[in-house]
Amino acid sequence: MIHSVFIINRSGGLIYNKNYSTHIAQLSSNEALIFAGTFHGIHALASRIAPTGNATGAKDTGIQTIDTMNFRLHCFQTPTGIKFIAATDLLHTTLTDVLTKVYELYCDYALKSPFYNLEMPVRSDLFDANMLHLVQQY
Amino acid sequence: MASSQQQQTQNMLRLDTKQTKRSTMLLEQPVTRQRRDKVSLSAFAFLLAEMIRYTQNRVLGIQDLEAKLNELGQRVGVRVFELTMSREKTVRRETRVLQMLVFINSVVWRTLFDKSADSLERSTESEDEYMITDNEPAILKYISVPKEMASFSPGAFISGIVESIAACCQCPARVTSHAVPVDGFPVRTVILLKFDKEVMEREKRLEAGK
Repeated sequence: MIHSVFIINRSGGLIYNKNYSTHIAQLSSNEALIFAGTFHGIHALASRIAPTGNATGAKDTGIQTIDTMNFRLHCFQTPTGIKFIAATDLLHTTLTDVLTKVYELYCDYALKSPFYNLEMPVRSDLFDANMLHLVQQY
Repeated sequence: MASSQQQQTQNMLRLDTKQTKRSTMLLEQPVTRQRRDKVSLSAFAFLLAEMIRYTQNRVLGIQDLEAKLNELGQRVGVRVFELTMSREKTVRRETRVLQMLVFINSVVWRTLFDKSADSLERSTESEDEYMITDNEPAILKYISVPKEMASFSPGAFISGIVESIAACCQCPARVTSHAVPVDGFPVRTVILLKFDKEVMEREKRLEAGK
């Protein structure tokens, strides 16, 4: 059960925010913006303070999941610096495949639309419809 | 010393001819290809999105935008028509309105989009208007028009292609595109052809002469 999805652009601004569960408390738009900025910050911190790099000496990828008592937050960062975040219940241990599909939908319906400006909030009916369809499968 | 310099220039020339050889080989490929070549839809979608953005910066208003895209489509349409005529062995150029519409509906659509258009209808209100419907034009699949431009139809590019093909078949028409979404087909597009008066009069004479 995916509760909500956030997309954060390279500079830490929130460009997509959607709740798919009606029975949980909704974030106000201001709170969502603050959440995006905070998460961007702690993600950057986590990748810097990693104690060891991996074998190739590459940078650490940063936060992948945050576990709490009631839900789990998953994060997937693309090579271009966009972060796809999903809040789900505890049944999902990893959501990389779903978030990769969200990335594909973003590439299709946001980047290929002439009316979308980069780094701006995503306002595309086709994107919303396809996201709803994707989330309902999980 | 001189011979090594000569060698160097010779090597550079050889590299140069390799490059030009590659590019001339591309131009010397046969036009009638044996197997179905496919173009990447993503690549074309990016190109079309940039074309729309480019024209948007140079026009004032939705009508102008559709007219400019129509013009771009016309340039494509002339070339597509010539190519289709030389590739398809079993067609000849149609000069009657109905046969030409069937030709566009099936042959041209299959050349461009690998499927035939979904329906061809004649308008009940005026007898010189015909409509070609495509439930999901592949090249428009990723474009979502914002609410403030709701009357804009990016299918104006396709209507340009159809307009120039109609002109090549000696049935000039004014062709426009309208976005008519229905349940399940959010990108459904209707191409409306309004034939010129001379064409309709010619059709009437030909029908009467039969």
